[in-house]
Amino acid sequence: MLPARLPQMPEVWRLESKPHKFCPGCGHGIVLKCLGEAVEELGLVDRTVFACDIGCSLLAWDFFNLDTVQTHHGRTLPVLAGLKRVRPELVVVAYMGDGGAYAIGAQHLVASAGRDDPVTVIVVNNTVYAMTGGQMAPTTLPEEKTETTPYGRRVEENGPSLRGPELVASIASPGAYVARGSVARVRQLKGFIKKGLRAQVEGGHLAFIEALSTCPTNWRTNARETWRFLEEKMHKHFPLGEYAPAQAVREEGGGAQPPRKS
Amino acid sequence: METKPIRGEQRAFMTGNEVIAWAALAAGAEVMYGYPITPQSEIMHYWARLAPRYGRRFLQTEDELAAGFTTLGAVLAGEVAFTATAGPGNVLMQEPLSMAEMMRLPAVVIIAQRGGPSTGTVIYSQQEFNLTCYGGNGEGLRIVYSPSHHQELFDYTLKAFHTAWKYRFPTFILGDGYQSKMREPVTLYDPAERGLEVAPSRPLVGVPGTPGRDRPPVHLRNTYNLEEELYEALQETIEAYDRAAPEIAEWEAYRAEDAEYLVVAHGVVARAAREGVRLLRDAGIRAGAFRPITLRPFPQKELREMASRAKTVLVMESSYGQLEREIRAQLYGLTVPLKGYRRPGVGITPEEVVREVQKYATRSAAPDA
Ligand SMILES: Cc1ncc(C[n+]2csc(CCOP(=O)(O)OP(=O)(O)O)c2C)c(N)n1
Ligand code: SF4
Ligand SMILES: [Mg+2]
Repeated sequence: MLPARLPQMPEVWRLESKPHKFCPGCGHGIVLKCLGEAVEELGLVDRTVFACDIGCSLLAWDFFNLDTVQTHHGRTLPVLAGLKRVRPELVVVAYMGDGGAYAIGAQHLVASAGRDDPVTVIVVNNTVYAMTGGQMAPTTLPEEKTETTPYGRRVEENGPSLRGPELVASIASPGAYVARGSVARVRQLKGFIKKGLRAQVEGGHLAFIEALSTCPTNWRTNARETWRFLEEKMHKHFPLGEYAPAQAVREEGGGAQPPRKS
Repeated sequence: METKPIRGEQRAFMTGNEVIAWAALAAGAEVMYGYPITPQSEIMHYWARLAPRYGRRFLQTEDELAAGFTTLGAVLAGEVAFTATAGPGNVLMQEPLSMAEMMRLPAVVIIAQRGGPSTGTVIYSQQEFNLTCYGGNGEGLRIVYSPSHHQELFDYTLKAFHTAWKYRFPTFILGDGYQSKMREPVTLYDPAERGLEVAPSRPLVGVPGTPGRDRPPVHLRNTYNLEEELYEALQETIEAYDRAAPEIAEWEAYRAEDAEYLVVAHGVVARAAREGVRLLRDAGIRAGAFRPITLRPFPQKELREMASRAKTVLVMESSYGQLEREIRAQLYGLTVPLKGYRRPGVGITPEEVVREVQKYATRSAAPDA
């Protein structure tokens, strides 16, 4: 039970731009609430620069009382990598969709993970290109119907659904933080984001948090079906938890890295 | 740590790429982000070697998209930053530069033109005129300098940083492979010692104070919901550009005052034009040369004045009509005949200038022409 006097919105949410522009039932708002609270609780409001991609994340361009830059589709990470290098005292948060992170911006994700850029990356995985009307994304589940896979995603044709944190963990440096949360596990997700901010601020490392999220508009689902798709299908395909960077495991003499459940 | 890379006037004999690296240092550039491509790579090589000595930074990025976008990140943070590229890299660079155009981010980009289309050659061309002046899905709201010798490479690279930050438009140095690789004498200097103005940089995000409490948050966007919203934002940028244009536009003329045959060329081709004009004058032909130093904004008024006095305007370029189309547009309404000499991806010599002008001069000198 929440205490009655707890404010409904984090202070860092900008009242002037509320109600926000996401569809009813969208997961973006939940992720941004976790992020807002995490930034506040760690006392980082003064020095955080938030950057959003193009995708439904672009709707967050005036969401926070934080200095904010809207970038291009897939290019949020290099903008912040370039910024952070010259202003290391700032805390930078890259907010993007699964299409931006894993398709058009994949090379930037690989390069930033490889360089261990001290950026906190939050990827909202809703298994589709939402903003453009629900086309297939790298994360689209096998057999999932989208506008460009009207008969369901065929693995033989499009490959299996991409798992981002696993990819990042396989190339991330020791000290980097990698996790997958879900808007259905809010407290855990917020905890991951907090750890991800700490990894940047205290450790000077990359942090990568994927948030499994909902898109009832493009999934064409009602509330119950939306939640079922998230909790039954997505949670099963994309295991929640923290992922140890493979470089660290390798140095410790380990082999493959199963997700460290938290 | 040494902070001033150049003290006093330094005579040097070096390649254009090296000149540019020194100019960026002298201009106070803090950071270069770049991706290798011939013929610009040595700008990065020199910068990577020199930068740490003066507390400057370098990062080799994963591609030109990242080179451009990291540069924008540094600019947003308030640092003087630049990148360099060529050919196919210039194509990729247009994406970040269109964001810079929209958001008024003063990034500086050095272009060393190589042959195109596609991978073309690694050698030389003037085929990146269109791309550099009008690339991206926008309106060409950029500043483009086209230097023609090494002293200008130095002078205008220095100036590009100043112009970019003063007017807040992305700014290009449009060089080419010849200029990049050739050695020439040049005088390096510190702009402050010569009393040259260097516009200060300032952070656009991450400014002091708690956003929402002490000050409004900075919210920078490039996406608009409504046609009118975009139109209004763009109108403001266009007006700022048009206001600044007369202060920025630069040109050079050589014996053009009384020229009957006016050769128009930019970059290294303008050197051939100048030498050709000298030879033609020696032969008694009233030739002259006009050279836009800024391709964007274009020095229209001056060109129209000189062109309107000429019998023929001859546009010479190492591309297939890219400059000619621009000149046609700039001279629209004048009756002077306009001819083109198009050598895509190939250099042009003074002898060719003489030969081409003579074609028209001979014709009009013929008794019944
Ligand atoms: C270079 C480029 N290509 C394509 C687009 C069109 N586009 C806008 S958003 C988007 C997909 C967004 O999907 P995702 O990143 O998953 O974000 P979501 O909307 O699902 O949150 C695309 C393809 C674009 N803006 N820029
Ligand atoms: S389209 Fe989907 S992701 Fe975008 S705001 Fe609506 S519900 Fe959210
Ligand atoms: Mg998506």
